Amino acid sequence: MKNENLYNYILGIADNSLILGQRMGELCGHGPTLETDIACTNISLDLFGQVRSYYQYAAKIAGDDRTEDDIAMLRKEREYKNVLLVEQPNTDFAYTIGRQFLFDVYHLAFLAELQKSNDLTLSAIANKCIKEVSYHERFSSDWVKRLGDGTEESNQKMQAAINDLWTYTDELFHQTEADKAMVAEGVGVDVTQLKEKYYKQVNELLKEANLEIPESKWFQKGGKEGIHTEHLGYLLSDLQYMQRTYPNMEW
Amino acid sequence: MSNKKNWPLWEIFVRSKNGLEHRHFGSLHAADADMALENARDVYTRRNEGVSIWVVESKHITASNPENNGELFEPAQDKVYRHPTFYDLPDEVKHM
Repeated sequence: MKNENLYNYILGIADNSLILGQRMGELCGHGPTLETDIACTNISLDLFGQVRSYYQYAAKIAGDDRTEDDIAMLRKEREYKNVLLVEQPNTDFAYTIGRQFLFDVYHLAFLAELQKSNDLTLSAIANKCIKEVSYHERFSSDWVKRLGDGTEESNQKMQAAINDLWTYTDELFHQTEADKAMVAEGVGVDVTQLKEKYYKQVNELLKEANLEIPESKWFQKGGKEGIHTEHLGYLLSDLQYMQRTYPNMEW
Repeated sequence: MSNKKNWPLWEIFVRSKNGLEHRHFGSLHAADADMALENARDVYTRRNEGVSIWVVESKHITASNPENNGELFEPAQDKVYRHPTFYDLPDEVKHM
């Protein structure tokens, strides 16, 4: 492949949205209320819409007979480059909201920078996605505040979710080889530059939500390099079931 | 639905296009007005149905009593001359 760094870079962005979209999609028909069920499924569909643009572009860069569907559906676990945060399960609604919030704050800041990319396709995709993601960030921030500043029980559950998910936040700001190469070419976003603002914004919202900022300084990593938590394999077996069982089937 | 664990019910009004009036779209549950707006956005406008949303908590709506339908509405039924159907409207006037 001529431009392997760009290909890997696109997958790194797209896989985050694909895996988070699948997690949100799991709530279809299972959300805590009808209204939040529809809201979570909407977020899922937004994310799936976004990944189509990325994977179509990746397929074009790959330049062989791979299609967007092959790239999305037929890779093995170790070939997915999403961060560990987005593959964490829907343990309860506080985890769903906590995961979404911790990712949305990053995602919004990331897309704002990607709009400035000198790769016109990536900047156009970022431009299209940013309104959707602004809404996601508003939705998840509101819910963190509601649960954190709600009843004693909702506060405890939200705090537990934030405490458990905190260890996956630092990885958002790690650079892969593809990241470094793309930053050097003016294509990619230097995620290390987003870190300070991210924690400032997250910490302020946690305070407003009457939640403690976790003190743990030990962070998990590996997703970007394909080393995932146990949860991703189960998620992929759901996601890939149809394509694996009925190869090349179309909707 | 007087169970305290349920969120209150809200009536949702959506303006589907600039120039049109807000129309009643349905009702949904939400803990407060902000959440009602967000829920309405997701439940009723996700297929591009709207440009503006109003929410009103259902308890604030005063409704006529169906038992009074006779005195309220029947006297109007035989007064066809109260309808402006005896005028020719130009085609340019829409939404009358």
